[in-house]
Amino acid sequence: MKLKLKNGEEGFFRVLMFFSTTIIVVALLMIIISILYKGLPVLSWAMISQVPAGGFYFGREGGILNAIVGSLYLAGGATLLATIIGLPLALYINVHLVCHRRLVNGIRFVLDLLWGIPSIVYGAFGFALMSYFGIRVSLLAGIITVTLFIVPIMVRAMDEALKVVPRGLLETSLSLGSTRAETAYRVFFRQCLPGLSTAVLLSFGRAIGDAASILFTAGFTDYIPTSLSQPTATLPLAIFFQLSSPIPQVQQRAYASAVVLVFIILVVSILARIMSNRYQKHKINF
Amino acid sequence: MRLTLALVMLLPVLLFAGMYYKSSLLLQANSLLELLFSGVWKPMSGKFGFYPFIISSLWVTVVALLLAAPVCLLTTIHLTQYARRWVLRVMHPVIDILAGIPSVIYGVFGILVVVPAIANYIGPAFGKDISGYSILAGAMVLAIMIIPFILNILIEIFKNIPDELAEASLALGATKWQTIKLVLMKKALPGIIAAFGLGMSRAFGETIAVLMVVGNVTRVPTGIFQPGYPLPALIANNYGEMLSIPLYDSALMLAALILFVVVLLFNFASRLIIIQSEKRVA
Repeated sequence: MKLKLKNGEEGFFRVLMFFSTTIIVVALLMIIISILYKGLPVLSWAMISQVPAGGFYFGREGGILNAIVGSLYLAGGATLLATIIGLPLALYINVHLVCHRRLVNGIRFVLDLLWGIPSIVYGAFGFALMSYFGIRVSLLAGIITVTLFIVPIMVRAMDEALKVVPRGLLETSLSLGSTRAETAYRVFFRQCLPGLSTAVLLSFGRAIGDAASILFTAGFTDYIPTSLSQPTATLPLAIFFQLSSPIPQVQQRAYASAVVLVFIILVVSILARIMSNRYQKHKINF
Repeated sequence: MRLTLALVMLLPVLLFAGMYYKSSLLLQANSLLELLFSGVWKPMSGKFGFYPFIISSLWVTVVALLLAAPVCLLTTIHLTQYARRWVLRVMHPVIDILAGIPSVIYGVFGILVVVPAIANYIGPAFGKDISGYSILAGAMVLAIMIIPFILNILIEIFKNIPDELAEASLALGATKWQTIKLVLMKKALPGIIAAFGLGMSRAFGETIAVLMVVGNVTRVPTGIFQPGYPLPALIANNYGEMLSIPLYDSALMLAALILFVVVLLFNFASRLIIIQSEKRVA
């Protein structure tokens, strides 16, 4: 009897476990299906190939090309800048500081803390910076804010890839007479290229999807920006603004824009998966 | 290289200094305690009470965690202890994609699915006639958002428990379930608490998705079916118009500063717990 009861408890919880796992899959499916269901019928070539025409926000002609291109500029710029800052940092931690364990752990701790800070805080800080330096809402201000926001994410992701390089590789490279910098950029960089590029793509995905940090820094405009000092439209904000419109046609467009954003995110995450299996040419297998 | 290191390490200090500098204007005029516990929010007459927003934030965050925590824990045990290979092969991409979906998409999903569901089914089931834009809607959307985040940490923690522990327990005649319940859960407990702490701080700072479904009414909420107005939503909603009033600007910066400090403390404590428990295992 007692044994049966025990099994009963386990059985009960196993059913619950099965359910909770299913809930997660169902949630993802519901998100994707509900957005495709609402957005796909509205999505048209005109929508993704034109900038808003007059009366766009009253349901007339035009598209969201400004937001698509703006988002790509913004996320691309921020990812580039973050890579310039993040790659040396990640290599520095794993090549130069590898003997100072406590220091490295401390740095990782700070990076983890930074990663946890909400993007709206970065947005507010970016805004404070802007008003301090007298920059107006612009592509540049947006890029800087988003860079601050994704650097910790990128460095931590690169760090995870670099961390698993065997110590022997470092020692071999140094014993052959190469400097630490050479070891970092020639050996570790090539060895971890797949992991590093995955980290870059992951950060790009974060950058293109975030709305809170660019709400006050990048602004919004109907045109495609032609210089860094102009404001720029972005997809998340386009969705957000269109959805808060009372006009049904404009709301419909928000769903279509959401489809575009989801599509970009999915492409990026699939690319990241492919990347992590590619570029193994220079990799030494242990 | 050192330059980048210095830059990134200085970032938290810069964040704090920048926001403190901007919010000092308001702090000079009012005491912090007064601001935190006053319920009057009238920017035009210079009254800034954060109490309704803080309470709203707490409601949304706690309810989201209550919804997400059991799902995460059960799924983790399922995935690490029972699941077949193909389940793992399906679940890994599912968790990854869920984690990568931008928050504005969660917001759209909330408006399309969660809000109508509350207005038409959940609300009436509790005898309430509501629009659906409520604390509960915000919490449900948040719960889905933090599930992949917590799940990843939990799976990591359960994987880090040495196999010997389970083997010893099984060898002593405990059933698999007893081993999970009495040995693994006990070992993982600090990590579980830390993972929930991290999830909570993530929920606390989430902006756009919550803003879109929570209703945004400045009032102290007393139940999950009422609309709320969490701190991040307050900042995001009012940024455009506050430029003309320096005190207003300062108040919103203070809101961001509160968010920053709360999230940082939560993260700090949770990360410490995780590091401690990892040390003990190793």
